[in-house]
Order: sequence, then C-alpha cells, then structure tokens
Amino acid sequence: MNKVKFERIQKKLKESSVGIAGLGGLGSNAAVALARAGIGCLVLVDFDKIEENNLGRQYYFLEHIGKTKVDSLKEIIGKINPQVELITHNIKLEKGLMEKPFKDVTVVIEALDNAETKTIFIEEILSKLPNKPVIAASGVAGYGHSDRITTKRLGNLYMCYDGKAKSSDDDVLIAPRVSLMANWEANLALEIILGEDK
Amino acid sequence: MSIEVNSKVVDWVENETVKDLLKRMRYTFPLVVVKINDKVVPRKDFSEVKIPDNSKVAVIHMISGG
Repeated sequence: MNKVKFERIQKKLKESSVGIAGLGGLGSNAAVALARAGIGCLVLVDFDKIEENNLGRQYYFLEHIGKTKVDSLKEIIGKINPQVELITHNIKLEKGLMEKPFKDVTVVIEALDNAETKTIFIEEILSKLPNKPVIAASGVAGYGHSDRITTKRLGNLYMCYDGKAKSSDDDVLIAPRVSLMANWEANLALEIILGEDK
Repeated sequence: MSIEVNSKVVDWVENETVKDLLKRMRYTFPLVVVKINDKVVPRKDFSEVKIPDNSKVAVIHMISGG
C-alpha cells in the first residue's frame, strides 16, 4: 500500500460529499462503497421502505424489512464507518424540486429505477445546477455482458451505460450486475473528486 | 454542411429539429437525453430546437432498472 497516496486520497475524500438519489440496488451499494472508501459526507434520498424481494440486490438485511431505506442505510453505514456524516431525506423526489437536496454536494449520483424518472432527474440537475457533475446509470438489468458497460461522458454528465440492455420491465434485476453498475458509479465519483488515477 | 450524432457524421439538414433528427436517425427509444454541443436540450423543446450546422449531438437513452 502506498501510504502517501492513500493519505492524500483520504484527506480529499474527507472534504467531499456525494448525494445519492434512490437507495435501491444502485444507491445502497454505491453508498456503502463510498462509505468504505472514506467519503466525508453522504446525502441520501429515498421515500421507500424495504421489502423482502429487495434483498436480492440491495444492501439490506432481513431485519430491515418494513423499515425505511434511509434509516436502514444510516444504521448499516454507521456500523462500517461512523466517521461519515449522513444527511438523509425520507422523501419522494418531486418534479420541479429535484435538485433541492443536492445543492451543496460535490457530486450527484442518479440511482433511480424508472427510465422516465431518471431522465427527468438528470435534466433537472443539469439545468438547475449546471456546474454539478452528475453520474447516472442506464442498462442495469440482466446478467453477464459486463464488458458491454462503458462510461459515456457528456460534459458534466457521466453515464454508466449499456445501451443494449433490456428495460427492467422486461428483464430481471440481480445482485451481480446491479452491484457492478453501482460500484461503477461510486468509482466514477472517486475519479471526479480525486482526478484521474495516473 | 454536416453534423456529428453519437460520433457518426451525417448531413446537416436546414431547419431540422431535435425531434426530426431523432426520427431520421431511427432513435425510437421513448426516453432520451439529448445534448447539442454539450448543452442539454429539455425534452419539451425537442420539436422546437433546431440543429445548428457543424454541431455535435449526443443521444443517450435511459433504460429502466436500479
């Protein structure tokens, strides 16, 4: 381990914050990865409660069924890295006000499920917070085809993208591919915060 | 007199709107994010915003799942 590099990274991450919209398969896994990496602050937004079938891909435990995702993730991250400052919003993101919880974060991660909501969210953040880097994921469903996933950059929008994947309405959502995309998003957040790893 | 759409060079057509271009390129996905020269075009403006000559257009479609 390169101690000098590690300490430099830890210092920078400690000063940075990531906002995550949606705490399902993408959001819960990305949040945990960033907490383990040593991010200073996470802004977590979700309105939902945990159901049994969520455990197939989301970072929760049986004991969390029926509890809110924000509270459960707060508990989980507290057990991994209590140094992370957590700001939680148990709300449904409303069209026209979607950027509100994310005004002060360094980077925003889109981790929503429905294509329509994803599009509206990205458009709102990019238009209302024009200098904010936004990381989004599209094409999460299915299994295999890891090497079809690429990063597409469009200005401040960074897309973790598989344009050949099917909609989750016609496919399945399973842990390995969802976690892969979630960690891809978290890894992009590090790259944006720290600069390219040369 | 050409534009780039997702890195592909195609003819520029005078007065062509984003909506027309998506149709011409056969991008039939219902949900797309379009950027012209790095600027996002809100979906409500797709039928009004015209594609300037020499512009770089990026079209990304959003697929459900998360």
